[in-house]
Amino acid sequence: MPVSHPSTAGAPYLRIERLRKQFGAFAALKDISLEIFPKEFVCFLGPSGCGKTTLLRAIAGLDIQTSGRIFQADKEISNLPASHRDFGIVFQSYALFPNLTVAANVGYGLVSRRLPKVEIATRVTDLLQLVGLPDSGRKYPAQLSGGQQQRVALARALALSPGLLLLDEPLSALDARVRAYLRTEIRRLHERIGVTTIMVTHDQEEALTMADRIVVMNDGIIEQVGSPTEVYRRPASAFVADFVGTTNFLPGVVVGPGVVRFGAIDLACDLDIKPGPGSDVTLAIRPEDVVVRNTAATNPNTFMARVADVEFLGSFCRVGLALNGGDPALLADFSINVVRDLLIEEGKELLIALPPERLRVFPRAPQTP
Amino acid sequence: MSASAAAAATASFPATRRRLDRDDLLMRGGICLLIGWLLITLVLPLWWLLSKSFEDDKGAFVGLANYIHYFSTPALFQSVWNSLLVSIVSTGIVLPLAFTYAYALQRTHMRWKGLFQALALIPILAPSLLPAISFIYLFGNQGFLKGLMFGREIYGFAGIVISQVFYCFPHALMILVAALSMADARLYEAADALGASKMRVFFTVTLPGAKYGVISAGFVIFTLVITDFGIAKVIGGQFNVLATDIYKQVIGQQNFGMGAVVGFVLLIPAVFAFAADRIIQRRQVALLSARSVPLIPKAVPRRDWSLFVFCAIVGGLILGVLLMAIWASLVTRWPYNLALTLKNYAFGDFDSNGWGAYWNSLVLASWTAVIGTAVVFLGAYLLEKTRGFEWGRGIAQLMAMLPMAVPGLVLGLAYIFFFNARGNPLGFIYATMIILVVNSVTHFYTVSHLTATTSLKQLDPEFEAVSASLKASLLRTMARVTVPICLPSILDISIYLFVNAMTTVSAVIFLYSTDTKLAAISIIHMDEAGSTAAAAAMAVTIVATSAAVKITHVLLTRRFDRTTQAWRKR
Repeated sequence: MPVSHPSTAGAPYLRIERLRKQFGAFAALKDISLEIFPKEFVCFLGPSGCGKTTLLRAIAGLDIQTSGRIFQADKEISNLPASHRDFGIVFQSYALFPNLTVAANVGYGLVSRRLPKVEIATRVTDLLQLVGLPDSGRKYPAQLSGGQQQRVALARALALSPGLLLLDEPLSALDARVRAYLRTEIRRLHERIGVTTIMVTHDQEEALTMADRIVVMNDGIIEQVGSPTEVYRRPASAFVADFVGTTNFLPGVVVGPGVVRFGAIDLACDLDIKPGPGSDVTLAIRPEDVVVRNTAATNPNTFMARVADVEFLGSFCRVGLALNGGDPALLADFSINVVRDLLIEEGKELLIALPPERLRVFPRAPQTP
Repeated sequence: MSASAAAAATASFPATRRRLDRDDLLMRGGICLLIGWLLITLVLPLWWLLSKSFEDDKGAFVGLANYIHYFSTPALFQSVWNSLLVSIVSTGIVLPLAFTYAYALQRTHMRWKGLFQALALIPILAPSLLPAISFIYLFGNQGFLKGLMFGREIYGFAGIVISQVFYCFPHALMILVAALSMADARLYEAADALGASKMRVFFTVTLPGAKYGVISAGFVIFTLVITDFGIAKVIGGQFNVLATDIYKQVIGQQNFGMGAVVGFVLLIPAVFAFAADRIIQRRQVALLSARSVPLIPKAVPRRDWSLFVFCAIVGGLILGVLLMAIWASLVTRWPYNLALTLKNYAFGDFDSNGWGAYWNSLVLASWTAVIGTAVVFLGAYLLEKTRGFEWGRGIAQLMAMLPMAVPGLVLGLAYIFFFNARGNPLGFIYATMIILVVNSVTHFYTVSHLTATTSLKQLDPEFEAVSASLKASLLRTMARVTVPICLPSILDISIYLFVNAMTTVSAVIFLYSTDTKLAAISIIHMDEAGSTAAAAAMAVTIVATSAAVKITHVLLTRRFDRTTQAWRKR
């Protein structure tokens, strides 16, 4: 996780005001407003069709918004064509020019700037050095691996030193190992050159590991904007809780201030919404937050549960817990240590605790996940 | 979001209109030019033709009188049935032959596939007159296989159909080869695992997979046959079809109004076939996903050898028809003096234009290839890459597809009316080489346009986005990236235009002048004058030219693959 956060105080580098994008009757973006600060690495995260790529393309001027305004570096760019905006872009497909060498690809924008040949050559060498491909200049894209092609595309996007770097699902065409490697590479590159970066991804792991801030999108709206820790620890909606990481959702009814009844059990929670007593809510808790060690019946939110199934997942086990002899209602992740020490196996009765500070409460939507 | 909230949002921020950059203006201007070009070379002439069909000889408006006259004259109306009959029978014969041939090429382990493929493509290089002449030599009044006709005449229905089968075979074959080239091996494995018989696999997997190709091939053949003029002219005898009727009305009787009526009657089935094909193609969904496993045909000796025999017969017949024409062109006086001679190639002895007609054809074919390729590729590029401007692109796209549905004769006739019209500022191109070039480019526009569009669609759509972000102009990216990548298909288009301009008769028959007479037209004239051997010689000369160009193309493509296309290799 990034150690130093760029400041989110001060003036934003990119300001988006009430952006709408309409495709016929379908609204792909519904009144999106967002601020992105200098040198930030921001991820647009969401399922396919949530509008994240539409938003990126509107920022780039490739598919202009239906209405709304965009400011970059205090200049309004709302209606500028892409060629008049200041950005570099990397696509999922790389979009490298296949008939040009790697060097010609990277130098493509420099040639349009009519820079002297020597200067271009030096800059290209520097850029290839920067992305770790110093010897590939004479090769054609088809002779490189997918990961290498992606780095060439990155070098090309950075060639004109753009104020804004846009990455459209840059890693999703790659296999897992290369993807993990490039994640840290891109992150390191960003820290070195400090260009304000927006990356679109549907991969929550990618967003959590790379972003300074994550913009979680769903159905054309922004569900939450926050640091990876915030988004993971304090999801702002049931959607975010479900989309980022794994979450147990438990139906409950508010019975008093800070108390939600789940089945026959009353659970104490930190209610940060204020639904009146009697309203239906959804409780959310992550499997790793279910506590089984050192629980005592006097602790808050403790109750007995039976182990219904145990799924071995390498470094930990995911345990399905049944309450009152019913079906498994709750998933819990227990480390191998815990499983071994407490002899957890199918049929075992456990006293578990759901720590109040780990419980999230959401208003129950008509069809909660 | 509620309607009122949406209204509020639009109230606070007006709709964003993207400012246009230089490239946008350039491209929109280009599309307007393209629309203008197609308007002048296609739409306006057709409009003139339509209005002519409502006029009498003196140019007075007579409403539907010409049409009523046409449909109440049995001699004229009979041609409609004749045309339909010939087209349907020819389609019915070509489809199964071409399908079997294509199946043998794509789905078996047969030997000599390359040779068979090459043999089958011979007819494309020839004017449609060539098979007609060959069949006259084979089965005509003095034909040496006349006995096989059992006293019946080759002139008429039989002759037309058999020549059409020869002429249309490669057109159907190319479509079917493409349709059968895509197959998912997993489907065949699944069918095998489920114990389906070979027959059942063929009818449940193979045929449905190629369904759209078969339908498309059917429509293409139907249109080719019904609009073809040369074959019916040479071997049709007294059997009248729509195409020869137009010719007779216009050239024979100078009855332009009636010619326009027949032209429109001929346009109807062609447009119908074209529209039906388009609608059906739209329903086609991609059968192959990225995860498909390509089918590699296994050796099945009995099937492979029977198909080998089949292909050998069909390919042999095609070669035989060509050899017949070559031999006919070399024989002193058929069938009395079979001594070989080159005097039939001294065209000056048979036709006043002599070899001049051939040189005219070369000039026409070259200009058509150069100008046509430039217009078509630029047009396709503009339609593919312009951002926004939907209505302009829509109109141009529709216009680009239209020539496919317009028979050559109809287009040629329309050109007479339009460019010959009093007061047309473009009238000066009438009876020059220019009008022939313009006409040929338009006549063969659609297929070239589709080839260009297909190859442009294979490019990454983000190339232009990347260029914009790199502040590179569109022209630079086009010259540096798009054109080099599309070079093979650009070459394909120019060869297609060249060969077609070399062999076509139908559109240009109304448009040549004494100075610009073409080789294919002199074939008709020499045939009409009874100099059939010289006609055969000219047809052979055209085949030789097309073949030489095609072979050069193949060799050039190979060289390209080694040099400019080196980046394609891994």
